[in-house]
Amino acid sequence: MTKLADHAGPILEIDALSISFFTRLREIPAVMDFSVTVQPGEAVGLVGESGCGKSTVALGVMQDLGKNGAVVGGSIKFKGRDLGQMSEEELRDIRGNEIAMIYQEPMASLNPAMRIGKQLMEVPILHDGASEAEAYDMALQVVTDVKLPDPKRMLDSYPHQLSGGQQQRIVIAMALMSKPALLILDEPTTALDVTVEAGIVELVKDLGKKYGTSMLFISHNLGLVLETCDRVCVMYSGEAVEDGAIGEVFDNMRHPYTQALFRSIPLPGADKNSRPLVAIPGNFPLPHERPPGCNFGPRCDYFEAGRCDSGVIPMRDAGPGHHSRCVKFDEIDWNAPIAAPAETSKREIGAPVLKVENLKKYYQVAANALFGGGAEKVVKANETLDFEARESETLAIVGESGCGKSTLAKVLMGLETATDGTITMGNADIQSTPIEGRSTKQVADIQMVFQNPFDTLNPSMTVGRQIIRALEVFDYGKSDADRRERMLHLLDLVKLPRAFADRMPRQLSGGQKQRVGIARAFAGDAKIVVADEPVSALDVSVQAAVTDLLMEIQRDQKTTLLFISHDLSIVRYLSDRVMVMYLGHVVELGTTDQVFAPPYHPYTEALLSAVPIADTSVQKKHIVLEGDIPSAMNPPSGCPFQTRCRWKDRVPGGLCEKDVPPVRHLDGGHQVKCHLSDADLAAMEPVIEVGEAPPAAAAQAGVTSM
Amino acid sequence: MALFILRRLGVMVLTALCLTFIVFALTNLEPNLEKLAKNQANSRMTDEQVISWLDARGYNDPMLVKYGRWLGVVPHFTREEGGEVVFSRCANPGTSLEDAGSYCGILQGSWGWSTVFQNDVLEILAVRGNATAWLMLFVMMVMVPGALVLGVLAGMREGSKLDRSLSTISIGTTATPEYVSGVLFIAVFASATFGPNWFKGTATSAIDDITFANFTLPVLTIALYGMGYIARMTRASMTEVMTAQYIRTARLKGVSFPQIVLKHALRNALIAPFTVIMLQFPWLLNGVVIVETLFNYKGFGWTLVQAAGNNDIDLLLGVSIISVVVVLVTQLISDIGYVFLNPRIRIA
Repeated sequence: MTKLADHAGPILEIDALSISFFTRLREIPAVMDFSVTVQPGEAVGLVGESGCGKSTVALGVMQDLGKNGAVVGGSIKFKGRDLGQMSEEELRDIRGNEIAMIYQEPMASLNPAMRIGKQLMEVPILHDGASEAEAYDMALQVVTDVKLPDPKRMLDSYPHQLSGGQQQRIVIAMALMSKPALLILDEPTTALDVTVEAGIVELVKDLGKKYGTSMLFISHNLGLVLETCDRVCVMYSGEAVEDGAIGEVFDNMRHPYTQALFRSIPLPGADKNSRPLVAIPGNFPLPHERPPGCNFGPRCDYFEAGRCDSGVIPMRDAGPGHHSRCVKFDEIDWNAPIAAPAETSKREIGAPVLKVENLKKYYQVAANALFGGGAEKVVKANETLDFEARESETLAIVGESGCGKSTLAKVLMGLETATDGTITMGNADIQSTPIEGRSTKQVADIQMVFQNPFDTLNPSMTVGRQIIRALEVFDYGKSDADRRERMLHLLDLVKLPRAFADRMPRQLSGGQKQRVGIARAFAGDAKIVVADEPVSALDVSVQAAVTDLLMEIQRDQKTTLLFISHDLSIVRYLSDRVMVMYLGHVVELGTTDQVFAPPYHPYTEALLSAVPIADTSVQKKHIVLEGDIPSAMNPPSGCPFQTRCRWKDRVPGGLCEKDVPPVRHLDGGHQVKCHLSDADLAAMEPVIEVGEAPPAAAAQAGVTSM
Repeated sequence: MALFILRRLGVMVLTALCLTFIVFALTNLEPNLEKLAKNQANSRMTDEQVISWLDARGYNDPMLVKYGRWLGVVPHFTREEGGEVVFSRCANPGTSLEDAGSYCGILQGSWGWSTVFQNDVLEILAVRGNATAWLMLFVMMVMVPGALVLGVLAGMREGSKLDRSLSTISIGTTATPEYVSGVLFIAVFASATFGPNWFKGTATSAIDDITFANFTLPVLTIALYGMGYIARMTRASMTEVMTAQYIRTARLKGVSFPQIVLKHALRNALIAPFTVIMLQFPWLLNGVVIVETLFNYKGFGWTLVQAAGNNDIDLLLGVSIISVVVVLVTQLISDIGYVFLNPRIRIA
């Protein structure tokens, strides 16, 4: 099949697009009056929280809205031709050929019962009429282009035999097979680890340059958009609220939502005591409950009754190539400092409440669990962990998937028992007491907040009942009335209205559910709370509120918080000390300042460099790790990180491959597990440098300029 | 793979032993034995006479001993009078006491003597089983492809008119038991006075010579019942696969709809119903009982009915062994086939 004739104008022109979904009850507008243009070779970011309609736009471009969805207004032009007017056959020629798409979950997007090679070869066979052999050669070429090792073997594999990062590279390869003019990336790295994400982002940028492909990059991650895009369009509740060149929007934002979004994410410079995050109040409106006038009105600080809540608010010019959907943007003082939030004093860190010494957790895995037989393998999930956590302290445990942080949480909770070593809580050793064997007090003392609030609440029990159930388990109070009273107090504590006691979990939003989870964890006055990625499933604007809530409760209750996360921005913001884990080892442990400043462990260095930061003034060193995290089933010899370490050649005698490095104690209790010499460590440069801030960004950071 | 099959075979033997023991125990319950005695000897026997008759034939020995004898791992019951063997359970009518060995159980290939047909059980089962195997073969040939086509067609566009009508048909066929559909078929297609007289209402002649006329109705009767069920399973699996993200990937790659169904969806959609299809084999034995009786086709199911109706213990046990083996073998095939369909499952 041939491609459409070259077109002089923009590759993609979306003009006043409106998309609705039709249910039995009503028409639900998902996208309203949305316009964007993508020029050849340009990358445009589409940013917004879940439910804002950004994926709907992508599917609209693909003309794949399903049975219930339909374009109800406006037009989508690709290379000057209206996609809405095309026949099914013409569309098929364009899909995968001229417009290709990369999806959020690579595993789900690849056919599990079809070899990778066949899935890739399908594209040229379909669109270019290539023969099998030609298609195979092309597939081989593209797989090499996306930097996958051993391309021949890759083509012969099934998707499940590849790691998440490799799968995403395959999806990218598939999209690039026909050298499309437009690439739509729908949250391409959300399901991946940070260091893998950094690799994918670099790949996409390189390939974009190499092939001159235009990109529509959909993400909720502002930092990622800053790294990849030329222009950005911010969406809120089905509308574009602001668009413009990336620097313009990031530094001279002209819409209150964009501003609120930036204020709610932890950038370097935010601090939980002196400059806390500002959560956006209220909730995202449901599509059929949108307010009149400005959708953001009810949550906006600058709301003015009579102007913001009446009539249709159009996009207006706010500078060259910069538009905003705000009636007041030229009246707002954008450089005004943030209304000084109540500064809170740093709380005193008390005596150690939890001590972990030489903790090991090994799993015996039959080589073939389903059918038995074969040699048994040992997965070393945790290897000689040594740390202590003090009263009122936040200890962050950082690492990518498979580093053993969740195993540690399980052992602490008593869901698993330790293989070796001790865990001392209070005066008792609890490492080998499973949760059934622990006393009620011990169970109540160490509680957990889970990652996914959507699955951890019983869907058929009211919120109040679930909290009371926890109180019953902890033997709290004498009567049901006592417990009910306490439950209502707990709801107050997590700032939920008392009326929520009688609601079902399905009636709650994600953030509210997580608050219920927190209330449940604190029901027995827990001394230690293990928070396993408590905000990673939530939207940016809600994350700040839930984080602040955790901090506030911690201040009041002097709780020890073990904050498990892969998100270094939030860790830097709220933790007192940080423990970095890699393949079951603690590679670095120290106060937040120590860990986030050189000398680093090489892994910490790479991790810091991989995190996208949504601040134009930040200069980052670019370090991309090669390959994937090795399997814990078959760890590398010597230092666990040696296979990906860029400093390895500084250590003489191949020490890194031979011995596991000893724990080195640097100044002030800073621990690093590395063979590098003191001189090398001292010579390390900081990864992140906050450069000279442009005026608006300075105002963002709470510094009054002028 | 070989190791896996070996292990599965071991488990199968164990299961077969347990199942046959249960059937053996049930058929050898006391009231049943009393009935047997009265049936075989004299229906006006007194209780004492019954006991002595059973004693004389070893029926009153402990259950496990009897089971061992039946299996052929314990020497069979013999009665001696004055140092001479006067009765051996191993001696079937027609064989002399001297020729009869002392072990004559399943393992020796001696499956007992049918009291109804006055013949060796193994011989009866071979003939009858063969007849039913033909019936099953034709049923499977009609049912499986039919059901898969119905299911895939219905499932590829969920909620469409095609889906609705095919689903109605499959629910209808599953909701009609064989004894209803069989009678209806005979009434409509095989009656001399009403409707087209295309087929024969009896399949007796099919034992010797299978023809379109005498075999269509019994095959259809069984096939239709199972077809709806498999079609429903296939449809459910297909609709699920069609909403999967990799189908969207294929669609947005520009693959045409028929190609999506055939190349991307089909294999994935067949993984779940495959187990169900294999489960249908043993389940067909049920339908076979009804249909063979209805159409007077003297196969396995008909034999089962005769054996049960006449308290023919040896024959019943023989039938149960065959059934147990059929069930277990189909399960093994289903497990192995699953591995081939689903690349995510690996057997070392």
